[in-house]
Amino acid sequence: MSDVVEKTLSALPSLLSLDSQAGAGKLSPSSKLGNLIKGITELTSKHEEETLIKKELESIKEQVASPNTTMRQMKEIMVRAIYCEMLGYQASFSYIHAIKLAQQGSVLEKRVGYLAVSLFLNETDEFLLLLVNTVLKDLQSTNLIEVCMALTVVSQMFPKDMIPAILPVVEEKLTHPKEIIRRKAVLALYKFYLIAPNQVQHIHSKFRKALCDKDPGVMTASLHIYLQLIKENPESYKDLTGSMVTILRQVVGGKLPLDFNYHSVPAPWLQIQLLRILAYLGKEDQGTSEMMYDVLEESLRRAEMNHNITYAILFECVKTIYTVHPKSQLLEKAAECIGNFVLSPKINLKYLGLKALTYVVQQDANLALPHQMTIIECLDHSDVIIKRETLELLFRITNAQNVTVIVEKMLEFLRLTCDDYSTIDLVGKVAELTMNSVFSLGGDVMQPDIPNNFLRLLAEGVDNVEDRQLRLFAVDSYVSLLQGETAKLPQRFLQVISWVLGEYSYLREEESDPGSVMRLLARLLDQRHTSTETRSWVLGAMTKLCSSPVSVALARDVCERYLYSGSLNTVLRQKAQELMILSQDTKLRARVLPAEGRLESPEVDSSLSFLDGYVSDALAAGAAPYKSPHQRQEDLVQEKALSLEPYGLSLPVSLSSCSITDRRSPTLLSMSSGLSGNSTELSHQEGSTTLKLEGVKRVWGKDGYLAQQQSAGETPTPLVELPSPLLSPQSPPSQKPSSGLEPDQEKRQLASSLFVGLGSHNSVCLVRLPSTVWLFIKNCQSANQSNVVKSLFKPFYINSCQSKNHGSFVKVSGIFAARKSCQTDDSCCFPPQISCISGSPLKEVKGHSVSVCLHTVVMKRASVQVELAGLLSYQRPLGQPQAAQFSLSLSLKHFLRPLTVSTGDYGKMWLSFSHDLKQNLRLVTTEHQEPLTATLDALKGKLHLHVVDIIGSEGIVACRLLQGPGQGQPCLLHCRVHADSLAVWLRSPVPELPDSLLYHCQKALTET
Amino acid sequence: MIKAILIFNNHGKPRLIRFYEYFAEDVQQQIIRETFHLVSKRDDNVCNFLEGGSLIGGSDYKLIYRHYATLYFVFCVDSSESELGILDLIQVFVETLDKCFENVCELDLIFHMDKVHFILQEVVMGGMVLETNMNEIVGQVELQNRMEKSEGGFSAAPARAVSAVKNINLPEMPRNINIGDINIKVPSLSPF
Repeated sequence: MSDVVEKTLSALPSLLSLDSQAGAGKLSPSSKLGNLIKGITELTSKHEEETLIKKELESIKEQVASPNTTMRQMKEIMVRAIYCEMLGYQASFSYIHAIKLAQQGSVLEKRVGYLAVSLFLNETDEFLLLLVNTVLKDLQSTNLIEVCMALTVVSQMFPKDMIPAILPVVEEKLTHPKEIIRRKAVLALYKFYLIAPNQVQHIHSKFRKALCDKDPGVMTASLHIYLQLIKENPESYKDLTGSMVTILRQVVGGKLPLDFNYHSVPAPWLQIQLLRILAYLGKEDQGTSEMMYDVLEESLRRAEMNHNITYAILFECVKTIYTVHPKSQLLEKAAECIGNFVLSPKINLKYLGLKALTYVVQQDANLALPHQMTIIECLDHSDVIIKRETLELLFRITNAQNVTVIVEKMLEFLRLTCDDYSTIDLVGKVAELTMNSVFSLGGDVMQPDIPNNFLRLLAEGVDNVEDRQLRLFAVDSYVSLLQGETAKLPQRFLQVISWVLGEYSYLREEESDPGSVMRLLARLLDQRHTSTETRSWVLGAMTKLCSSPVSVALARDVCERYLYSGSLNTVLRQKAQELMILSQDTKLRARVLPAEGRLESPEVDSSLSFLDGYVSDALAAGAAPYKSPHQRQEDLVQEKALSLEPYGLSLPVSLSSCSITDRRSPTLLSMSSGLSGNSTELSHQEGSTTLKLEGVKRVWGKDGYLAQQQSAGETPTPLVELPSPLLSPQSPPSQKPSSGLEPDQEKRQLASSLFVGLGSHNSVCLVRLPSTVWLFIKNCQSANQSNVVKSLFKPFYINSCQSKNHGSFVKVSGIFAARKSCQTDDSCCFPPQISCISGSPLKEVKGHSVSVCLHTVVMKRASVQVELAGLLSYQRPLGQPQAAQFSLSLSLKHFLRPLTVSTGDYGKMWLSFSHDLKQNLRLVTTEHQEPLTATLDALKGKLHLHVVDIIGSEGIVACRLLQGPGQGQPCLLHCRVHADSLAVWLRSPVPELPDSLLYHCQKALTET
Repeated sequence: MIKAILIFNNHGKPRLIRFYEYFAEDVQQQIIRETFHLVSKRDDNVCNFLEGGSLIGGSDYKLIYRHYATLYFVFCVDSSESELGILDLIQVFVETLDKCFENVCELDLIFHMDKVHFILQEVVMGGMVLETNMNEIVGQVELQNRMEKSEGGFSAAPARAVSAVKNINLPEMPRNINIGDINIKVPSLSPF
């Protein structure tokens, strides 16, 4: 209980006793409520509260039963009963008395009676039947208040069957002279429509009359009905479009009485309602939509951004514009509006902006592009709700190229919130759905670690209800998928499906016949397009499932086909054999696949030491010692011996391409079996298995899942590891590669990977060049970094071309990676403002390697921004020379460095500089800092300035411009807080520098 | 449609509970508890909307709330309501309370639970927004109050008690739910 109340209440007893003296016996009921409340506030435990309330209820019970209790006292008692009920204690004995109070009391007592009834009872309560006559009587009363009370209680809850009894009277009220009565009657009828639509069928014409009521309030109430009706069946109400448009135009145009204004916005709630109705009417209907374009535009225009409620109208308007038949001009304006929402510092508006974006990207994914950085920031927002909305947005823009990063983000979010029981379910579904859509979208191109991560998510976690639900959901959705057309599903997805079904089908076992999943799996096997690898997963799943007799029979069928109809693939034969044996021997099956062991991680003996005996026996028996496949290949080439090519091929397929997900994944089960299956054909098989195991990406180890080193900015296909550019000769020897990326760059990287594939041209970070070459341009400002660059499925591309700030110069580096070897040459065209200190020569890039080229540039003349253009020409050994253009914009920011000077030196320098400039800038305001400090900090962070000193309302700042080797030319800033702006005075020996720097300062501050 | 309106204080003690859809008593209490749990752990500088709970009506359900000094006002609505619209409706409701009680405070809500319900009935009827104009709402309430006065009597007494309590000097505490605060802390009245 709040301190306020507690302390206040300590003063209560004296007051109440005072009152009771003054007002004699009259006051006892109210002091009883007072005592009750006081008593509750003094309690320290739930248990005490319980005892107290029980006592209170006892006394209430006694009083209501007493024949001496007057209606007036009863009213007071009811309030106490309501209080107890609110706290969660049933006072069911008082229900009948509440009804009595409503029946027999005077107006005021009746009001409390009705209130108590509507709080205590629900539509199905039999007690309500006792009330029907009273309601009927009150509806016909001449007392307005009694009519209002009756209408209110009717709209709160009324037994469905009794509606006909009062319907005519309520209908009558639609023509009542008082608008408040008409309005309440409309809402009551709407309520009737909701619970029993058939019974109000005949009065639709009366609804229309309400819509045309001379009182705007009644009209507003009738819109509740129309919103519902039009939502259910837009076709029948198209003729209303004109009226709705007219109403909205009048409202927007300020034709309503001023009473309807809220913060000088005319009837905002009415506008919102009308916009929603228009959205339903105009959806997928060009003709109807055309009628409303004008008024929508007017709404957008009129809603000035000045109050919360105008944003509400704007939001609705934007949604309507995007729902109705599109008109490009309006869409543009709406998109702009969404931009305002997203960029707004008000968190509520940002949330709605994200929501609006989520809604509109379904039509045009490119709309998200201008807001990339905001979206990235929202991903790390402290507010979970914002975060989730962002994920929802990302979910909508998922495509084959950005799927990994988005799913990664979702999983990350899931892991963070796994204890939040209310969100896990929903988010799990989001992830789940994404998984499905994503797998079917981009399945085969995906790296195996995504399915792994997903399966891990499913498998991990304690066996609680949420996990179980998630799994069951997965199983159910997969089963229904398999029941449909499976030919189009990617192989990798089918593998995930079979694993999940194998592992978790038992969860739905109770409700369906056990053979159904088996049959679905068997059907998969029958299909021609199912790959060998997938088949082995399917067989693995069947092995786990064959517990019931039906399944066993099915399994035997399948096995026979594989074993005797001569499948050539040894792995499949092996798996079929396993299935055969395990399905027949339940004891063995229970030992190999214990049901309760699902959550334990397996022990993997990667050294295969258990085979030592076998190996030594074989060696003793005269077998040749182990040679690696590589060695063997060479031997074969040299000897030109019998070609074992087919086996050489089959082995890597079965082993290396399946990654290990779990002890139960087919690969692991067949690890030893693949060996026995092949050993007759290939000698030294055991050795090769060992080797292959090393080669397989290890996801599970002795201690369970092996956490993988992942850099934050994951792109879909991490294949090529780049040598750090820092190893190049130009870089100063003192620099060491650091593993962490600077946050800003990290975000940009993330942005580029999240928004890849949206739109063909993206000015921010991705330029798509003729199909074989990709150019990735990023500007980054970090001084030290190691860069992991990912490749794309292209024969050749420049992956990254970036400028970096090193201590004393700016480097522009292009990174080339090639799938096939080729010759490259890049030539950069330097604008007059900058010059190149060093460049790199023509080089040959071998297949599957990367090369880094670096140009070190300095700014000769200060300017706001320079455009660096370049041409990359390359030639494959047998191809035509080809060229790709790229350009990179470098801003003054990249060439600025902090200048550390003392206040004294600053003073001397200040006097000696000739070029100066004064300007007022915006102050940054934050909660925790002085405006001056905050502003200077912002500048320092964004432009690498050095804050020399802050004295009172003045601050001095210094920086230098890289103009060649050595220190570079300084620029000094003197800042003073003046009213609510910052007066800045810049001085420098370089002519254009103050001007250019000022531009960047302005920009930096507006962005903050 | 509005599914429920919950008012509780910073400690989760319910001050006014109004459901517009039927829930069993224990479910109601659970909803109150969970809503408090969700809302109370949110800072004042995060957004006023919460989504994705499973309490009422599954996914088609959101919480829109405002926090005034010691009280949380929470509206549980479905997707047919406008978020910002409801946010301002809460504001209208609180301002109306302030007008009716003259500097409304938590105590008013405790001692005049019935009156608060009657005021609410003029704003929201059966889950539908009935009236958003503060003057209209106050007018309706006053109409009823006049009737009350004509009947006269004891019901005025608790109001006297409360106003006496209010007048006791408790300088260190923010006594009312601070409508005045809205101008400062909750910037809804000042322009965005």
